Amino acid sequence: MYLKLKKGLDLPIEGALSAASPVKSISPVCCAIVPDDFPGFTPKLTVREGDHVEIGAAIMHDKAHPGVCICSPVAGKVKAIVRGERRKILRVEIENNNSYNSLTFDIKRPIVELLGAAGLFAMLRRRPYDVVPDPDVRPRDIFVTAMDTAPLALSPVQMLPEGADKALAAAVNALATATDGKIYVSRRAGELADIPGAEMVDVEGKHPAGCVGVQVANIAPVNKGENIWTLDIVTLYRIGHLLLTGKVDSSVTVAVTGPEVTTPCIVKTAIGADIKALTAGVLANSDHNVRIISGNVLTGTAVNEAEGFLRFPYRQVTVIAEGNDVDEFMGWASVAPSKMSIYPALPLHWLRRLFRPDARLNGGRRAMIMSGEYDRVLPMDIMAEYLLKAIISRNIDEMEALGIYEIAPEDLALCEYVDTSKLPIQQIVRDGLDYLRKELE
Amino acid sequence: MSKLRKFLDRIKPAFQPGGKLSALQSVFDGFETFLYTPRTTSPASYTTHVHDSVDSKRAMTIVIIALLPCFFFGMYNTGYQHWLAAGATEFPFFSLMLYGFLAIIPKVIVTYVVGLGIEFISAQIRHEEIQEGFLVTGIILPMVCPVDVPLWMLAVATAFAVIFAKEVFGGTGYNIVNVALTARAFLFFSYPAYMSGDKVFVATSQAFGYGPAVADGFTCATPLGQIATAGGETAITGIDGSTISTWDAFVGLIPGSFGETSVICILIGAAILLATRIASWRIMLSAVAGALLMGWIANSAATPTYPASFLSPIDQLFLGGFAFAVVFMATDPVTAARTNTGKWVYGFLIGVIAVCIRTYNNGYPEGAMLAVLLMNVFAPLIDYCVVSANKRRRRARLTSKA
Repeated sequence: MYLKLKKGLDLPIEGALSAASPVKSISPVCCAIVPDDFPGFTPKLTVREGDHVEIGAAIMHDKAHPGVCICSPVAGKVKAIVRGERRKILRVEIENNNSYNSLTFDIKRPIVELLGAAGLFAMLRRRPYDVVPDPDVRPRDIFVTAMDTAPLALSPVQMLPEGADKALAAAVNALATATDGKIYVSRRAGELADIPGAEMVDVEGKHPAGCVGVQVANIAPVNKGENIWTLDIVTLYRIGHLLLTGKVDSSVTVAVTGPEVTTPCIVKTAIGADIKALTAGVLANSDHNVRIISGNVLTGTAVNEAEGFLRFPYRQVTVIAEGNDVDEFMGWASVAPSKMSIYPALPLHWLRRLFRPDARLNGGRRAMIMSGEYDRVLPMDIMAEYLLKAIISRNIDEMEALGIYEIAPEDLALCEYVDTSKLPIQQIVRDGLDYLRKELE
Repeated sequence: MSKLRKFLDRIKPAFQPGGKLSALQSVFDGFETFLYTPRTTSPASYTTHVHDSVDSKRAMTIVIIALLPCFFFGMYNTGYQHWLAAGATEFPFFSLMLYGFLAIIPKVIVTYVVGLGIEFISAQIRHEEIQEGFLVTGIILPMVCPVDVPLWMLAVATAFAVIFAKEVFGGTGYNIVNVALTARAFLFFSYPAYMSGDKVFVATSQAFGYGPAVADGFTCATPLGQIATAGGETAITGIDGSTISTWDAFVGLIPGSFGETSVICILIGAAILLATRIASWRIMLSAVAGALLMGWIANSAATPTYPASFLSPIDQLFLGGFAFAVVFMATDPVTAARTNTGKWVYGFLIGVIAVCIRTYNNGYPEGAMLAVLLMNVFAPLIDYCVVSANKRRRRARLTSKA
């Protein structure tokens, strides 16, 4: 199957990886699990501070589905359970004792039960709502993306170890028992070999072509009442690895990129690794504030250098300037060639090929003024402007009619980037999905 | 840190809630964000961390830049028409420009003072930042009015339009009809004697005592005005009695509203708007197509009952406010159709209706203004149909499966 997406945008940002970028192995001092990274998952702790855990040991499970766990990525001691307001669990920190002892799972169990116990089921997402799936509901299809088109991202195919084919085939074989439909695997043509049992989709196009939701909308869109599971190729590999060895592979390959990084590099580490270890020695020693993003500049989470962690599902760290310490005189009128824009309204910006954007909104929040902006970067049959208005007005019938079941915040990230009214689009979508789920489920 | 920044930081506390001047907080914020890009950065999660450098301030600025050629030409033409009316044979460039400048600047100041004043007050009532929407409206309005319109009328019309076309709906981005056109229509229907006929389109008085004197009782109507009052196939004449050809209408040295006579300058503006992708090419193209089609139909069935039907389709595009309305008013993104398909329909109907009104209703030679206003009202309906088609596709997908 071949899919060509015409709309989209690749942001030209400095600090990309090159073929010569160094590859490092960093053993994290401490790893953390952040329940907020798993929307739809209500955490119930199964460990206490001071407990000793091994790789694959359950740290928490879902209140509604006790079989769905989130597991420890490293072996060591539970160092801290950090809580926020009303005792909400913000994160569980686990100290790495570098022993890499791992639990072995009984692989003869049904696949959903096995994945739930090994912490891999929580890594799947479900459309509608973009949440952790319900293990009791069989999905219509399963969609796997082997692409990451986000700015400065490393292709996930390059993160797979040598000889991953066997694991991928085993995973597809096992997942096929969980659905009556197909398993679609999307890839850049030529990057990934065919996986037996899966329907391979060659995707061409700029970001957000790699977003699984965009692919779903163009291959077999989600209708009301339907359910699909989405995951990426690295998770598929982890499932295969579990099926072949009985152990959870909690290692992760992270691209450390961005304009404020001295030498962009690839780091092999563990899920949830502390940011301090990841960014040690690569941060430009700058005189201005920087923003460390766990993830890419479009959808990631800003983290604190001192107490931040690599957040799920990101395999990327991007460092950009914060910009809150800059005084720019009449910036709205400036035609400086350093300003990144997709509009030809900045006459000199074609002088530059790559840009060093900062985290400023570059303007004030407004009502939607310009029209047709979102359509230019959203390769889905969705009228984003009208859908967003329906979400803001909490009109459930309109949201359904306009296709809210097909979208996730990340699909509309580029809309938020190009928006001249600077609306918080991803937050609007997330709130809308949560609201709808609460009302309807 | 510059002195200005330090000064702003020093006086800022007085404008915060609880400060002595907190009633002016919106005004202060407006000026502060005008002078310095706000330091507001993206939140931590569910956000993009980078944003495009173009914001609505810049979009509005580009519209103003696109209007400047028309504005400068309007200054020259106002002077030129005045000199012609005075019977002059020499036309000194700088004197003409100065006269035009002196004639228009009081109008620009009045619209801005009244309009921005109301904007500042409503922003403060709503505790919002001052928005830049009126910057464009405030310059367009004097440009679409006859140059001799009395200042008090302009002030009343601006206040009416800003309050009742915009602020009651929620401010910039929420209005249903174009604010400048509402003001123009208000003037047209409230004070028709000053807005049409043969007395207002050429500045006959001296501007602040500058310029040659024109004989009392001088009159000259706009080309469309002449056609509407004449019967049958008439030649349109300029002030000095010479015939106005299609080329004259294209260049724009003819009597008419201040900024909308020169098609050349309007085309320059259109080029700026299209090159920067601020305005929609779909609307412009389909409006021109609609006007050509309707102009051709009217011209093929020309009758002396409707003298304007003798105009060729090209003249329909070049004469009156049509070109200006299509480029600068029909493309106002807030009041135009917002879906791409909708824009085609919206623009096309503007073209058709503008020519229809000016041809078949002799009382309203300025059909373009009314056509845009009418389609502003219908734009949400057009969009509704386009959005419904999207919804139907989705529903059909569901039922075909079941």
